[in-house]
Amino acid sequence: MSRPRRIAYRRRASPLHAARASIAAAYGAALATAALLAQHPLLLGALLCAVLGAGIAAGVGPELVRAALRAALPIALLSVLVNVLVARGGLTVFARLGDWGVLGQMNLTVEAVVYGLVFALRLLVVTLACLLVVCTADPDELLFACRRISPRSALTAALATRLIPVLGEDARRLAEAQRCRPDGGARGARGMLAVLRATVGGALDRSLDVAAVLELRGYGARGRGAAARRPLSRHDLAFAAAAGGLLAISVLAALGGAAPFRAYPLVSLPLTAAPFALAALLLVLAGVPFADRRGIEP
Amino acid sequence: MSVLRFERVSYRYPDAPGDALREVSLTVAPGEFCVLAGLSGSGKSTLLRAAAGLVPHFHGGSFSGTVTVGGLDTRRHGPAEIGAVAGTLLQDPETQVIMSTVRAELALALENLGSSGAAVARAVEETSLALGIAHLLDRATAELSGGELQRVALAAALVSRPPLVLLDEPTSQLDPVAGDELIWQLRRLNQESDTAVLLIEHRLERCLAAADRVIVIAHGAVACDRDPTGFLEWAAENEPALQTPGARLFEQVGLRPLPTGVKQARATLRRSGMLAPAGSATAGEGVEDAAGAAGHLGSVAGLASAASIASRRPEPAESRRRRGRLGRREQQAPPALELRGVWHELRDGPAILRGVDLRLGAGESVVLMGRNGAGKSTLLRHAAGLLEPTRGTVATGGRVALLLQNPGDYFLRERVDQEAPAAALAQVGLAGLGARHPRDLSGGQRQRLALAIVLGGDRRAAVLALDEPTRGMDRAAKHLLARWLRDRAAEGIAVLVATHDAEFAAEFAARAVLLADGRVIADGPTAEILAGGWYFATETARILDGAGGALRPEQGAELLRAAVGLGFERPARPLLAEEVPT
Repeated sequence: MSRPRRIAYRRRASPLHAARASIAAAYGAALATAALLAQHPLLLGALLCAVLGAGIAAGVGPELVRAALRAALPIALLSVLVNVLVARGGLTVFARLGDWGVLGQMNLTVEAVVYGLVFALRLLVVTLACLLVVCTADPDELLFACRRISPRSALTAALATRLIPVLGEDARRLAEAQRCRPDGGARGARGMLAVLRATVGGALDRSLDVAAVLELRGYGARGRGAAARRPLSRHDLAFAAAAGGLLAISVLAALGGAAPFRAYPLVSLPLTAAPFALAALLLVLAGVPFADRRGIEP
Repeated sequence: MSVLRFERVSYRYPDAPGDALREVSLTVAPGEFCVLAGLSGSGKSTLLRAAAGLVPHFHGGSFSGTVTVGGLDTRRHGPAEIGAVAGTLLQDPETQVIMSTVRAELALALENLGSSGAAVARAVEETSLALGIAHLLDRATAELSGGELQRVALAAALVSRPPLVLLDEPTSQLDPVAGDELIWQLRRLNQESDTAVLLIEHRLERCLAAADRVIVIAHGAVACDRDPTGFLEWAAENEPALQTPGARLFEQVGLRPLPTGVKQARATLRRSGMLAPAGSATAGEGVEDAAGAAGHLGSVAGLASAASIASRRPEPAESRRRRGRLGRREQQAPPALELRGVWHELRDGPAILRGVDLRLGAGESVVLMGRNGAGKSTLLRHAAGLLEPTRGTVATGGRVALLLQNPGDYFLRERVDQEAPAAALAQVGLAGLGARHPRDLSGGQRQRLALAIVLGGDRRAAVLALDEPTRGMDRAAKHLLARWLRDRAAEGIAVLVATHDAEFAAEFAARAVLLADGRVIADGPTAEILAGGWYFATETARILDGAGGALRPEQGAELLRAAVGLGFERPARPLLAEEVPT
């Protein structure tokens, strides 16, 4: 049976997959945080390249690009459009659309477009960095790590994450069975609603089944044991260092105003050596851990 | 000393009209391998759930008596604590697995029990090695096949090395190869680590040879508790639906002891001179004269070999001409279903079907067999138009009604009579149940309702296709379904069934098609295809080595009686193929 491929963790032969889940997640989070702190479009561009490069080096590039094109990019472009329509801070008007009632005078400015684009770029980088974490950090390992802090929440999350694909599969089967009816089953929105209702109706049974198995596996019995001690691998160290470096550089750059950018009232985009150097540094820091490919096989 | 003890246990589900268990008393000793047998709805699963502590803690209801598991009273200890002393494996592998990777799944139970990290790592490693799933440890559970999922779930149940393991039809969704492997893994575990096993299984022929005891549950009470041979004697007298095919074969011929497996059956046949001693020359191996071969062996094998040699003789010219004319006429008649060079290739994935050619005439009853992943379900979906071939064509002589594996997936409405027209309900014997909610029907009734749904409508179906319709069915229900399908074929509907169940296939189908890796590797009369294999063969065929194409116990008994009638002596002349009862 052909099934649509979901964005999900799958163990691959890559340095990022070989690192422990918490460090892979920290690496992705560092990239996202750097994108949130960075103001200059050059830094954001460098971070976009870094995330995509990391995705490609980790073997999840196609998933990231597909997700970017399907979800992140449309949302980013929508945010540009909304910003252009609602922002009032720019001075360089390129289109006067007259009086729009409650919205007042609608003047489109270059500054609003630039700000919207930079915001969209930031959104894109953050989304891709999060998807990188989804694809490369083992969720079970993360859940086990969370259990030490909040065991019940972690297990509820485990149950929910297990139930989602089970219900998805149920919905697929129900829809297929409806197509086997002599009249082809209810179509369109009505058909989807019928399938949705049946899936939700069956969700209770399914969650009871999964909950029964959880009970049988000892959930709520005696508590939890200590985690297995694992020595830090070369990849753990490399990605942890990269994550730390990315964060440190981003925080220092933001605090020191090394790569300033201002959209309003007029666009100010200084292209000095500092933003270029910072962009290069971010790219190198993000890419270096992938150079060592020893011991990466699953 | 017992690892499991039931003392006068009665149980009623909430809002149920009657007791699911009635005064059940039994014990399982450490290291015992017990099979729990019974018809559908007899209370087997409830008993197993009571042993696991799910009854009454999880299901509620009224409970009396005492269940002690590994020294823990289930009234005072819930399923989570019982889980430390009894591993449990339920039917549906999809809901048996919680975590997203196999390694995490195996670790979960031990983490919950508070084991140290090092102990978890070691137990995961050892259990995966013992069950042959070490190569799956880093795989995502979402990517595993049904068989792999079931093995992972079994490993998760065993990882804490409990002294007792409880299994509810673990092979129901597996192909014969994977099913047999699972049973033998259990046997090995039982023998090497003294783990007691309590196993529910409908296909008893699969596990009796491994069992120490068989406990029969009927109407919620223990009806029989004996060793496998004693159970077969009991079943012959009291519940023929529980007899294995081998036992039915021996009973019909009057042979004793009733066999618990193929090996024992063949040993008995050898002792009684009805089968050639192991290692002796077989017909066809340097023995030119068929009569000589039959006389030399003085056995069923001899009869069959003679028949086989006779069948290889040149066919008379007139017969050949007549068959040719008939064959051409059949080819010219419009087919009910025709697949020509059908390929199904996944993007970035393997080819599931590889150039399949298949033609079904009206009224044909065909069984589609093959291991899990061979392409059976995909082929049925192509036949019903749910999938488009990436190459090749599918032509039908009318509507194809397809019943998928889960009948419940067809139900969207609140009443049975809203789901299917009255005529279709009458056809499947549900005429009086129109006001019931579909989900309140029994398993068999649900399947019949789903059949009524797919067969209903204004246009009569030309083909009825069913995907694994006998999962979880007892022998009596299978027999009824086979008869119902034969009736549909007699009405002119081509019936195509994908199944792993060779006994069911032998009972209903005239033609068998074997698929492997998306290709048709054998296509012919059922008697021919299912008589000559190891896995895709009935128990009768395996006992008689495929002699005379006998698949069902009745056919095998005829063959044995013919051998007995000949007094195991040299026949006067070689038997012709048509003289061997089939």
